[in-house]
Amino acid sequence: MLRLENVTKQYGSRLQALHPISLEVPAGQVLALIGASGAGKSTLIRCINRLVEPTTGQIWLHQQEITRLPPKALRRVRRKIGMIFQEYALIERLTVMENVLSGQLGSVNFWQSWLRRFPPATITAAFELLERVGLPELVDRRADTLSGGQRQRVGIARALLQNPNLLLVDEPTASLDPKTARQIMRLITELAEERGLAVIINIHDVPLAQMFAQRIVGLKAGQIVYDGTPQGLTPNELTQIYGEEDWSHARDSESETKVAVDA
Amino acid sequence: MKANTSASHPPYPRWSPPPLIANPLLRWGALLLGGLYLLAAFSTLEINWERVTAGISRSLQVFVGFLQPDFASRWWEIQNGVLESLTMTVVATVVGTALSIPIGLGAARTLVPLPVYLLCRGMIALARTFQEVIIAIFFVVLVGFGPLAGVLTLSFASIGFLAKLLAEEIEAIQPVPLEAIRATGASWLQLVTYAVLPQVLPRLVGLITYRFDINLRESAIVGVVGAGGIGATLQTAFSRYDFDVAAAILLIIIGLVWATEVGAGAIRRRIQ
Ligand SMILES: Nc1ncnc2c1ncn2[C@@H]1O[C@H](COP(=O)(O)OP(=O)(O)OP(=O)(O)O)[C@@H](O)[C@H]1O
Ligand SMILES: [Mg+2]
Repeated sequence: MLRLENVTKQYGSRLQALHPISLEVPAGQVLALIGASGAGKSTLIRCINRLVEPTTGQIWLHQQEITRLPPKALRRVRRKIGMIFQEYALIERLTVMENVLSGQLGSVNFWQSWLRRFPPATITAAFELLERVGLPELVDRRADTLSGGQRQRVGIARALLQNPNLLLVDEPTASLDPKTARQIMRLITELAEERGLAVIINIHDVPLAQMFAQRIVGLKAGQIVYDGTPQGLTPNELTQIYGEEDWSHARDSESETKVAVDA
Repeated sequence: MKANTSASHPPYPRWSPPPLIANPLLRWGALLLGGLYLLAAFSTLEINWERVTAGISRSLQVFVGFLQPDFASRWWEIQNGVLESLTMTVVATVVGTALSIPIGLGAARTLVPLPVYLLCRGMIALARTFQEVIIAIFFVVLVGFGPLAGVLTLSFASIGFLAKLLAEEIEAIQPVPLEAIRATGASWLQLVTYAVLPQVLPRLVGLITYRFDINLRESAIVGVVGAGGIGATLQTAFSRYDFDVAAAILLIIIGLVWATEVGAGAIRRRIQ
């Protein structure tokens, strides 16, 4: 469904953030992208909806080459690609409902969005999603009064209101406590499964990635150094991705927090 | 533990912050030269004590006038002047705001391509180059005496102020929510109205009310060079040595500025 062919990104004249990357993601697959800070994870997923322009290479969604599209066609493709951010990226001064409805900006005209006159079907869908993510009673609350976990749920509802085929998720849990982090990951992967979406999730928490993703891709200095199952991610492979470290110990402390959370 | 550190470590040197100019010769030399220049500057100021005494007695007259402001004898002129000033202020603030918003958006580097940015920054720089009185003189020459020249002046000056600060405000908002709205496939206009304006709205309202306040005060000044408003009335009163009338006008201006301050505060509180 999504295909990347030799995608590279160069910032300025020297910094090569992505070396030629080729990757294929079928519909319905949840792929976790891991790698050290600065490895190019955010750059890679931002290249897919061209918030960052790739320097070379091609990106295909279904039969359409995203990398070639003129602005108007690009906006049309973006409607089919939902995005979820670490910093939630809500418009702070708007209400929860307005934030969710912004997921459908691409399919209403300027006046409809200015006057907030969204089609009834869209509003129904927004209510359903808010209920699904567990915030039915917060419809008219302003986004800046919400907690981190609640904000991320609004972010998820916004992305899903787009009826996307593909979800791009950039560190959705990095600012959340371990329990909320799991709930958010579960929510994203469940919704993706219900709707048969392909998902790419950037994530630093390796055990969490192993728990929820079907496939793990490890990125190091802009190159893919691991592409396989969650189980195949041995301490050896982790060293390959992140560099030398005592991985067995890191895993022990993780499982301790797991116990603490579940208790 | 404590004994250990003091025994094994040599005492630390005393510390003071590094001076601005490292070379002491240069540092003291610059200070000396600066002092000498100040002395020389003061000695060239000729103070004419006779003139000062006359001034003091005249300012006493003004002060006495202030104690007995005369609203009545020239009430029609005052009323016309005040109404004209208020009209100039309202119209100029509205026109200035209407023009500032598009220019301010165009001057925000995060929203527009470089040529648009340069064009809008250029317009802002032009509007900010000259002081209001100079612009007023220019417009009086262009359209003649009267409030039209004043409105044009204040609108023009408002653009320089509002558009610049609005652009700076827009450039400072968080970029990630904008990315999120872009990522939904929204158009540029939708991006601006849905994601940018809500974020800058409180600040924009604050700037507009502040500019209203400035325009009110400036409307009294541009009248002095013939651009209409209460300034013309004030100028006439002073030149006739009608200090009691001038005092009445000044009191009215103080009252108006104070009233807008209160009003602006109330609006700002509501819009948080
Ligand atoms: N807008 C930009 N301009 C210049 N360099 C950038 C820009 N964005 C990212 N980079 C550089 O590209 C490299 C990859 O950054 P990227 O944000 O993709 O890493 P990341 O894997 O997402 O890191 P993290 O896990 O910390 O989010 C880094 O060296 C970063 O400094
Ligand atoms: Mg990142």
